Amino acid sequence: MHLIKAFEEGMDGVYVAGCLEGECHFLTGNLRAKKRVEYVKGVLTTLGINPERLRMYNLSAAMGSRFVEIAREMTEMIRSLGPSPVKTGAGREFPQEQEEGEEQ
Amino acid sequence: MKTESRLEKVLEKGEFAVTSECGPPRGADPDLIRKKGELLKGVVDAVNVTDCQTSVVRMSSLSCCLILKEMGFDPIVQMVTRDRNRIAIQSDILGAAALGINNILCLSGDHQRFGDHPQAKNVYDIDSIQLIMTVKQMRDEGKFLSGEELTKVPRLFIGAAANPFADPFEIRALRLAKKVAAGAQFIQTQCIYNLKRFEEWMHRVVDMGLHEKVCILAGVTPMKSVGMARYMKNMVPGMDVPDEIIERLKGVPKEKQGEEGIKICIETIQRLREMEGVRGVHIMAIEWEEKVREIAEGAGLLPRPRI
Amino acid sequence: MIVAQAKPIEEILEMIDKYDKILLVGCKGCVAVCAAGGEKEVQFLASAIRTARKTQGREIEIREVTLERQCDPEYVEQIRGFAGDYQAILSIACGVGVQFMAEHYREIPALPGLNTSFMGGALEQGVWSERCQGCGNCVLHLTGGICPITRCSKSLLNGPCGGSSNGKCEVDPEVDCGWQLIIERLKALGEFESRFMEIVPIKDWSTSRDGGPRKIVREDMRQ
Repeated sequence: MHLIKAFEEGMDGVYVAGCLEGECHFLTGNLRAKKRVEYVKGVLTTLGINPERLRMYNLSAAMGSRFVEIAREMTEMIRSLGPSPVKTGAGREFPQEQEEGEEQ
Repeated sequence: MKTESRLEKVLEKGEFAVTSECGPPRGADPDLIRKKGELLKGVVDAVNVTDCQTSVVRMSSLSCCLILKEMGFDPIVQMVTRDRNRIAIQSDILGAAALGINNILCLSGDHQRFGDHPQAKNVYDIDSIQLIMTVKQMRDEGKFLSGEELTKVPRLFIGAAANPFADPFEIRALRLAKKVAAGAQFIQTQCIYNLKRFEEWMHRVVDMGLHEKVCILAGVTPMKSVGMARYMKNMVPGMDVPDEIIERLKGVPKEKQGEEGIKICIETIQRLREMEGVRGVHIMAIEWEEKVREIAEGAGLLPRPRI
Repeated sequence: MIVAQAKPIEEILEMIDKYDKILLVGCKGCVAVCAAGGEKEVQFLASAIRTARKTQGREIEIREVTLERQCDPEYVEQIRGFAGDYQAILSIACGVGVQFMAEHYREIPALPGLNTSFMGGALEQGVWSERCQGCGNCVLHLTGGICPITRCSKSLLNGPCGGSSNGKCEVDPEVDCGWQLIIERLKALGEFESRFMEIVPIKDWSTSRDGGPRKIVREDMRQ
């Protein structure tokens, strides 16, 4: 819910940081988070919002430089994608997917 | 109760019976079924017409049976419970008998997911065993399922299907026993390639004494090619095709595979004739009806006895 | 419980396209358990709809409410005070809830946000499977507690058809052959001999939906 809410509020991008796979303090929390991120990406795609605006990264709390790396990477990417269509109201970022079976 | 069925008479006489089947056309042309009929003249004691097999819409079994009857055949109308409720079923039973059809094969029918109209509502008001009971009740007691009397009984020789190769194996003979208890008088089995497994099933059937209560017609289908054999082995549920058959077909060049398939079929029939309890053979040559005569001849089944 | 699934969001957006002020009502009953229409789902759906509208440069006002159940007049009445302020009620309860909304709030269109599918239970978290068809005449004591109407694709009452293969139904390799399950269970209970060989007579379907829409009345419980 928090993910979709962020986009509703006009965020251009959202990234989720979770522990390295296999090292979650809560055992499977990071895996569940991954599934939920995938789900929301699907919803974004349906709404015509580029799913790349939402990403999940895995790293440990000790990996400070990696964190900086990620922050830069994400910022660059979102800059290149431009403002979120939710903010601009300019419509879908890409055309609707053709229904399966329809002629291209 | 005895019927006018030629099949029943042939079996009564102790002769080894031969039946085959015709698949109806996907359109309203009666000549297509007549042509298939021509190929079977003098070859069979009775002929089945399938009822929207694999849930694909075709001309109705009952109408094709009438066309074949006019050509001099003794048709077997197949009725599935997938598409009709008990009202329509009892109605069609009366109709078949009135048109002079003497045999009925009672089936549940392939689920509509297989066919060309998977969105259809499925009926399955009654199952195949209950259908057998229905025909028997109408014929022997003269009553509808509601208990009320009907005015003239339908005299039909009742048949059912059996698949010795479906799972679970142990209960297949028991399921046959149930059909016999319900009133089945003849059985047509799924086509046989694994003779060993079929023999096992027949042993159980004979042990239970069922072979004396019902006439079992063993099903056979000639393989047209190794491709067909592979398809049937892997894609058709309830079908057992041993590797030896595939190897045998692989061992001959493509143009000769059909011939080999027919040879295998004839050999199978010869083995089946020797098995206790097997009272006849049901030759299913789907879209290859022209080969039925050759198979029957090769297996020494012609000419058919005079009745 | 009743198991339902969210309608595709495109379908919902199309349904509400002409409205800009809607009441989104969830349910804490069955649909919350199968994660289709509970409070969390109300919040998510409302946010997704607003996001979609903003993307189009449009607005929509959504009031989010989650009722205890939508199949009881007592709870359905709880929105009486403000329902009239909205152009439509988008209900993400099961089909029963949507209909109760429509019956109680006659002037407001009631829209279904879910596709209600079946009566079933959870096999594991996130997986629900059909178990009951509501035939109105339960015979589970005769089949080892496994329903032949529901679990057999053909609703056969007298044992497996010829399409049963490796314990699976010919219709779908993921679907168990209901009769294989029944036979195994009867054997485990020592009831196989007594139950399997008996021919089960034709079912009276008039107690099921085939007999027409049904109603149950308990006089001892009426006011």
